[in-house]
Parts: sequence; structure tokens; C-alpha cells
Amino acid sequence: MEEAFVFVALTMNATIRVATPLILCAMAGMFSERSGIIDISLEGKMLGAAFIAASVAAVTGSPWLGLAAGIAAASCLALLHGFACITHNGNQVVSGVAINILMSGLTVVLGIAWFQRGGQTPSLEASARFMPISLPLSEFLAEVPILGTLYSRLVSGHNLLVYVAFLAVPLAWWVLFRTRFGLRLRAVGENPKAVDTAGISVAWLRYRAVLICGLLTGIAGTYLSIANNAAFVRDMTAGQGYIALAALIFGKWRPWTAFGACLLFGLLNAIAIRLQGVDLPGIGEVPVVFIQALPYVLTVVLLAGFIGRAVAPKAIGEPYVKER
Amino acid sequence: MPMRHDGDDAVVPPEGPSPPAPPAAIELRGINKSFGAVRANRDVSMTVRAGTIHGIVGENGAGKSTLMSILYGFYGADSGEIRVAGKPVHIASSHDAIAAGIGMVHQHFMLVDNFTVLENVMMGAESGPLLRESIEKAHGELTRLATEYGLHVDPGAVISDLPVGALQRVEILKALYRDARILILDEPTGVLTPQEAEQLFRILSALKERGVTVIMITHKLGEVMAITDTVSVMRRGRMVAERATAETSTEELAELMVGRKLKAGVSPRAETVGAPALAVERLCLRDRYGVARIDDIGFEVRAGEIVGIAGVSGNGQSELLEVLSGITPMTAGRIVVEGREVSVAKPARPDEMRGLRLAHVPEDRQRRGLVTAFTARESSILGYQRDPAYNGRLFTDYDAVDGHCRDLMERFDVRPPLPGIISGKMSGGNQQKLILAREIDRDPKVLLVGQPTRGVDIGAIEFIHQQLADLRDRGCAILMVSVELDEIMALSDRILVMFEGRIVGEVAIKDADTSTLGLMMANAHEGASARGGTSGAEPVA
Repeated sequence: MEEAFVFVALTMNATIRVATPLILCAMAGMFSERSGIIDISLEGKMLGAAFIAASVAAVTGSPWLGLAAGIAAASCLALLHGFACITHNGNQVVSGVAINILMSGLTVVLGIAWFQRGGQTPSLEASARFMPISLPLSEFLAEVPILGTLYSRLVSGHNLLVYVAFLAVPLAWWVLFRTRFGLRLRAVGENPKAVDTAGISVAWLRYRAVLICGLLTGIAGTYLSIANNAAFVRDMTAGQGYIALAALIFGKWRPWTAFGACLLFGLLNAIAIRLQGVDLPGIGEVPVVFIQALPYVLTVVLLAGFIGRAVAPKAIGEPYVKER
Repeated sequence: MPMRHDGDDAVVPPEGPSPPAPPAAIELRGINKSFGAVRANRDVSMTVRAGTIHGIVGENGAGKSTLMSILYGFYGADSGEIRVAGKPVHIASSHDAIAAGIGMVHQHFMLVDNFTVLENVMMGAESGPLLRESIEKAHGELTRLATEYGLHVDPGAVISDLPVGALQRVEILKALYRDARILILDEPTGVLTPQEAEQLFRILSALKERGVTVIMITHKLGEVMAITDTVSVMRRGRMVAERATAETSTEELAELMVGRKLKAGVSPRAETVGAPALAVERLCLRDRYGVARIDDIGFEVRAGEIVGIAGVSGNGQSELLEVLSGITPMTAGRIVVEGREVSVAKPARPDEMRGLRLAHVPEDRQRRGLVTAFTARESSILGYQRDPAYNGRLFTDYDAVDGHCRDLMERFDVRPPLPGIISGKMSGGNQQKLILAREIDRDPKVLLVGQPTRGVDIGAIEFIHQQLADLRDRGCAILMVSVELDEIMALSDRILVMFEGRIVGEVAIKDADTSTLGLMMANAHEGASARGGTSGAEPVA
């Protein structure tokens, strides 16, 4: 009993850690795609941010400067994506893929040039990272059965950026459905012409959307390299940007359902980690790759039939060309 | 400029030399606009008096929509001046136009489909960064506008659930919510039933009474005569005439639009009809969601008659043409063409239907009728490309295709008569003439034709109608789908009315009038039940 409880608590803890960048990226993607800009470059932006954040933190020793640099890097990439897709009506998928490829190479090249460690950044000391925070009363409440344990083991003891990610969800929902900006943003992804004829600038709305996307992917990347880990490792995002995109589609471009999908994918990943080398009765050792593939398989299967058609924002992927 | 100097000049307002009459709501001076080599507006000047309904008529491509788009800030004019209420204004975007008190109801509605009416109305005119107060204000304002102008729409309804008539009211509400004093409507009745159009006209009159200036772009001269005070006529980018509606006639306006006299009507109808060439029995089509798009339809078309299918677009007419031509397989029922039975068990592909001498002029010529990227000569054999006449042993015999296309172009007056021109570069009317030529040339037994003259100039309409009438006289059975009631009335021998996938009425041409047909189109005629009328008044033999 006690063992099972610990197992569940540890798995859930791992879920939260794995899900954090997914949540940030899914919210980032939601803002971009709700405005009509496909963002396949979540992965590249997160990778770029992770590298820059780790580099700046290594040089300055400040996690805050690292975070700022990470956000700035991802925002620059977001602006580049915006410049290609909004100002010059480029193909959004091509632009996104280009950013991914660029970042996958550039982070390694710069990493070798700056730190001579084969693409890694130097290991960070605790003071240069976002370290786990103990929430008030967590030690005191740890003795209380169940709830207290949950609070001290699960809710408390994460780094700041984890809390930011979880707060990003209600905030994103509020912005999208309760503010003027959110109303216009949702409209521009559905029918940019309606927005234009209502006297609102389509381009400016979309630029703001991709900038929010940059901000959130910047936080996600920073989390990977200087909060969850202590250095940047080449290709450390390992496809999580794509998983987040899958979660977004799975969640039908809505904040809470996308959040749920991120947690589900995080859980599968956490289970995959915990199942490494474990013999399951009657099955034997489950190949890790099988479980790691589950989120992708799940997305395809569920999208194909079980949850109905995911209706994307109607104008997604189409540049808005105003005939002049 | 129809400036009226009634009364003497003693009432000149104190501020200087402004005219005694109230300044015109809109004044356009010397507007020029070119798209590449095409001069859409040439030196256009126009004055719209405040508080009137002003019609702008002209053929497709005459420059009406361009002119109004300039006024609404969608395009920038190359040169010229715009004055609103006497003051020169610079309109570079819709934002500027709205600020100047101009609102526009576009031909294709500018609404967000998955938003509610309320959200659509307030978008762009919210009262603050948070939505809560905007929603409250918009609610109150919508109630006020609804009672004042008869613009009733449920504010909480989602756009995609509403009928077209309601969508148009939402568009008008959007403009009024932004305090528009000048309302531009682009082809407002194109998608409405006659009754909905009547309702729209009542709303426009109410707006006029309260001092709103209305500008209406249309090509339907009957409406211009019915509702406007003044009418301007455009032709080939120029403003060619302005008339007080009371002092003109549809004949004069039509002549001004086309620039020449028009022949009156098509040749008289054939007296005799032959045996049924196309019979449809209990035909059904369900889409992939299980919704019945065609619901138990039966009718027949005899050799030498034109059967017109009337209805508001989206009531199953398009699907009917697709099923009859073999593009979409039916889900129940049967079709008999020339003695060959087609049913679910015995389907026929479009080429087999063509083999039965059933020709099809599709509704959407750009997508189904031709390949816009192909040359005219290639488009002129689409569907018949396997005919040995066009093929050598291995390759297409382009000389033969070229000769065929040249021949069609000459006989059907397709301009420019160049087989090498890219299909998409031809005007709508000429594309349609080429498609019609291709299908008619083989002397079909049955011709299916959808929206024969949508987006086609008056001159070409006349020609196409004559071709269809001639074909009927040669003994072809023609099934024509059109949303233009005038066209249905002008050509058909019998009229079937479709509503929600069913045939809800049948009228012989001698008994047909617009108001009965209009009621049938809304399924509101006498004898309409919840299930609608019977499927076809006459039982199929």
C-alpha cells in the first residue's frame, strides 16, 4: 500500500516535470494558431531559448538573466517567423521547419565555438539555476496523511517555472475568452477579412500573437536547460515541441483540454521512465521505445476516430493578402 | 450634380460659402483605380444626397464594387477625392471609413462563423479591454436597434446556425452599432428569397426615414426601380449616367448598362414535348453525417422542355446536379436516362453518364467546369479527351483539338477567339460560353445546367439563354438549376421548387409568379406541411 502510494506520487511528480514544457509550448502554440499562424517551430524556438538561457546563465551566473535571454531569443525567432508569414505571406510550415533546422544546427555550432565542450554548455551551479522551492508549511504538513503528503510531495518542491506553466493555463483562458484582445485574436484565426473590415489591423494582431508565442516558448526552453537540468545538451528538446503541438490539436485548440492532453502525454512519458527495465507479469520487459511512441500513436488513433474531428481555426495557414 | 436650390438663398448658414442645401452625404470626384493593365475606375464622379437610397447598377466588371471598396477603404484609389458630408476625407483603411460614418454590408458576409451574433457585432467596437462591459452595452444597443429598425436577431445565436437573411441583418447591425450614417450594400438580394428581399427593403426604408443614407450596388433592375431614389449607371469603369428613379425605366437602364439595345426575350416556347428523357424516382442522398441532402425526390424531364429548379441556394440543388451527373453516388432511388437505369446497385460514373448523352454544365465553372490553369483548347475537350478524334496513336492530336476549339469559339462567340489562352484569364461569360459550347456541341439528349449565367454580363446572358432555348427546340431535355428567379421564369416550361432537399412545389410556367414561387422557396406556401409537399406533383409513370 505504502509502496504503491509512493510509486503513484513519484510518477505524478515526474509527470509534472515532463509536462511543464509541454504546457508552456501548447499555450504558446495556441496563441499563434488561434491567430491563424501555424507554428511548427515551437521545437526550434524552445531549443534556441534553452541554449541561450544556459549560455547566459553560465557566463553571468544569474538564472534571471538566463530567463530574460531565453525569452528574448525565442521572441526574435517568433518575429522572424512572423516577418516571413505575416509581412511576406510566406508558407508557414516551411518557415517553421526552417527555424527548427536552423536552431538544431546553430545551437551546436555556437556551443562548440563558445564553450568547446562538443555542443554542451558548462554545468551550472545551483545559484545559476531555478531551484525547487518549498512552499510555506510544506514540512509541517508533510506529516498529515494523504492531503499533507500530496501537498508537500506534489504541490510543493518544484521550481518557479513549473508554477508559471500551471498558472499560464488559466491566464491563457482568461485572455482568450474574457478580453477584447482574445476576441479579436480568435476572430482573426477564423476570418481575417471580417477583422479587417471591422477596422482592425490583421498584421498587428498576428504579430502580437506570435510574440506571446515567443515569450512562452522562451520560458519553456529556459525551464529545460537551467531549471530541470543544469546545462544545455545538443537537441535537448527531443521532439517535445511536436508533442506539444499534438497536444494542442488533441485539445482542439482550447486551453483546458490542451492542458489535459499535455498532462496525459506527460504521464505516459513518466510511466515510460519508471517502466524502464521493469518486468511486467505475463508481458516481460516492455521496450521503452514502445511507451515513448505512445503519445504519438495516441494522437493519431484518437484524432482518427475517437474524439471526432478536430476543427482547426478556419483561416489557419492562409496568409492574409489584402488585394491592393 | 443634382444640387437642389429650393427656397431662396436667405437661409445660407453663417459659415461662409457652403451651399444652401445640406451637403451631400458622399461626394466622389475623379476617382481612378487600375489593377495592372485593367482600369477598373476611370475618372468616376458621383454625388449621393443625404437621406436617400442611391442605386449603382452596371454589368459585372463595370467597376461598381471597386468603387465601393475604395469608399470603404479596402483599396486605395490611384487618384481622386472623397468628401463625406462636405468635408474631404482620407480613407486608407476600413478603420478610417468607419470613423467617417460609413458602414458596408459585403456581398460575401464578413462574419466569424463560430462567434455569436453579439460577438460579431461588438468586435472592433468594444468599449474596453475587458469583454464584460462590452457585452452589456452591446446587448442593450442590439435591443434598441431591433425595435427601432425591425432588425430582429437573437444576440446569442451562433452565426453558422443562422439563415442568410438573418446574417444580412447582423451585417447591418454591425454597421449601425458603429454609428454608420452611410450604409453601402453590395448585391444585397443575391442570396435572399423574394420575401426576405421585401423585408430587407422595409428595413432600408426605415433606415432612410431616420436619415441614414443607403447606397445599393445591384444588377437587378427591378429592385432599383422599386426602392431607390436615384440611380447611377456604370459601364467599363466609367460613370455613364445618373437618373432620378422616377424618371427612368428598366429598359433605359439596361441599355445604359450594356451600351446597346437588347433583344426582347428568347424565342417562343416549343408547343410539343416528347417522351421522358430523364426520370428520377425516390432519389435520396445522405452525407457522411447522415443528413439527408436530397430527400426522396421524383420527377421527369421530357424531350423538348426546360425544367427549372428554383430555390434558395443550399437546399440540395447542387447535390442533385452532382448525383444526376454521376459525380456523387446516390444513397437510394434510381435514375433512368435513355432507357439505362442507374441506381445504388448499378452506379454510373460521370463518363458513363456522358456516354448516355447526358451533358453537364456545372454550377461552379472555375472548379468543375474547366481547369483554370489549362489553355482554352484543353478546357474545350475536358470530359471528352478520350475521343479518338482528338488523339493520335500515343499523343494528343493538338492540331485536331485546336481546330475543334477554334470552331467552338467561332460559333459560340467566345472572346478572345484564341485556343491558346489560359482558361482562367477569360472573363466569366466567355468561360461559360466555352463550357456550354463543349457540352451542347455533341447534341446531348439531356442537359444538366447549373447557374447558367452566374457572374455573366447581360450581353452574354442573352446569348446563353438563346442557346438553351434553341437546344430545347431541337428536342433536348434540359434541367436547369438557378437561384435567379428571373432566369427560371424566362426559360422554364415547368418549375420545381426545392427546399431542404425536397421538392416542395411544382408550377407550370403559365401559372408561375414570383410571390408564389418565393413562398414555396421558403416552404411557406399554402399546403406546405412540416414535411413539405409531395415529391413532385405528378406521379412518375
